Amino acid sequence: MSLLFYNRSFLPGIILTTVFAAAALISLVWVPYDTTILNIAEKLKPPNLAHPLGTDQFGRDILSMIMVGARTSIAVALVAVGIGMIAGVPLGLAAAARKGGLLDEVIMRMNDLVFAFPSLLIAVMITAVFGASALNAIIAIGIFNIPVFARLTRGAALTLWNREYILAARVAGKGQARISVEHILPNVANLLIVQGTIQFSLGILAEAGLSYVGLGAQPPTASWGRMLADSQTMISFAPHLALFPGLAILLTVLGLNLLGDGLRDLLDPKLRRART
Amino acid sequence: MLRYFLKRLLSLALSLVAASVVIFLALEVVPGDPAAYMLGLNAQEDTLNALREQLGLNGTILERYLSWAGGLLTGDFGISYTYRTPVSEMIGDRLWVSLPLALYALTLSTLIAFPAGIWAASRRGSYVDTGVMGATQLGVAIPNFWFAMLMVLVFAINLRWFSAGGFAGWEAGFLAGMKSLTLPAIALALPQASILTRVMRSSLLDTLSEDFIRTARAKGLTRAQAMWRHALRNALIPVLTIMGLQFSFLLAGAIIIENVFYLPGLGRLVFQAISARDLIVVESVVMLLVFAVIVVNFAVDLAYALVDPRLRRRR
Repeated sequence: MSLLFYNRSFLPGIILTTVFAAAALISLVWVPYDTTILNIAEKLKPPNLAHPLGTDQFGRDILSMIMVGARTSIAVALVAVGIGMIAGVPLGLAAAARKGGLLDEVIMRMNDLVFAFPSLLIAVMITAVFGASALNAIIAIGIFNIPVFARLTRGAALTLWNREYILAARVAGKGQARISVEHILPNVANLLIVQGTIQFSLGILAEAGLSYVGLGAQPPTASWGRMLADSQTMISFAPHLALFPGLAILLTVLGLNLLGDGLRDLLDPKLRRART
Repeated sequence: MLRYFLKRLLSLALSLVAASVVIFLALEVVPGDPAAYMLGLNAQEDTLNALREQLGLNGTILERYLSWAGGLLTGDFGISYTYRTPVSEMIGDRLWVSLPLALYALTLSTLIAFPAGIWAASRRGSYVDTGVMGATQLGVAIPNFWFAMLMVLVFAINLRWFSAGGFAGWEAGFLAGMKSLTLPAIALALPQASILTRVMRSSLLDTLSEDFIRTARAKGLTRAQAMWRHALRNALIPVLTIMGLQFSFLLAGAIIIENVFYLPGLGRLVFQAISARDLIVVESVVMLLVFAVIVVNFAVDLAYALVDPRLRRRR
């Protein structure tokens, strides 16, 4: 356990991640100011005691908006990672179990195909047909995550299939599906957790980008990307509007990346032995 | 080599066909009849038919796909639903902004990443290494459109070195055009440069620990000589892969960055087309970008085989 606290990535990573997760959770029950109420008398105030991060053009408290926005970012990215894992991991396991077979070939070619569509393009297509919404942003980022997890799982599973304990399980009469679930999956879980953290941070960046160009969460849902888009025309006289949502994205993503790096060091026993 | 090339070429063709089918289904079949949308609820059946005829919407789905795909091959992207001008003309103009922007960003990213990665790898564990790696952590985490806004604040609004947005146009001269693309290209390049720096560093470190480097050192080469003469070239393969992948992120990322700087590129075109529900324009731009991604990755695959003969034989 003490190892956790000597790792120079893990500790700052977990602190930053916890701060933003806590901000999102607290915003469910309490925010300093209600973000749905406009207060024009207080508009465009720079940071002060009553509003630590200032107010926007409608007099809404930036800190409260960032807390509520954290909820949107985290929800979108988390569900998108979930979609990627739920669809990608079984595909990767199946492809590895039938390496070189038709199924493997089909899954890998479909992966290549999805990789040719950056999530922004998927979002553009979905929005063009169904309109913009947070749900469509989730789907777009989620679809892009599927091949990421499928490839990772397949690659890791392939090396495991050659191990002796897998051979033993086969001799014992277990089928490919059962071996995949009982022996392969637990052994690739660490990798999936690390990659999940990284995709989570990429998802937050992608959500911010999509909302910034209007393809993500729509008003009145608060979102960091849209706060930045709204601030753009006022940047010359109210730079604090652009500063804080951007910092929120930067610190959350940084925190998740550090957490991912830290977890990788800690979960990989080979690296750990080299360290101690 | 020829066999490898033909195999890759076949898979390139299949990917392009598959991608075009997906795009066609998503943007022409799922949304329903654009003629009905354009003419509204009270349109007469014969006017609808006439418009469908004009837009090439009559016939079975397969016939429409074949005529659309055939058009793409000859550079005919169809007619814009809203502007009634050929889509290829609209895209052609915009491409002269987006493509130079992506290439400019790729160049910047390479110019930053190569020296930074080599420098960090050659001083592994030093303050230089820690500093470079810390900077790349920030570079990966920063949203590039936000970085772009901050640059506008500092370099356009406060220092007035650049204009805050818009495109001077290539008619105003090459330098004026490049100047309008400089801040966007920096914003676009920053995260890619950070990723590339890390790949360059770790790939170089991997190569430096190989036996042939030890042999080179044993022959009397200094560490620096061994790195420049033997390690660098061998470390380039993963770097090339990532550069190929990054090209697609640069093209797609340009869509967002163009928005920050009000650049008249493909990104602005796509958003205008979405709000006007001009799906054929969206379809063509998406197809073009996906085409670019697939072809660039094909080129990278071939480049590998040229750089590394081992890859040719293994397949």
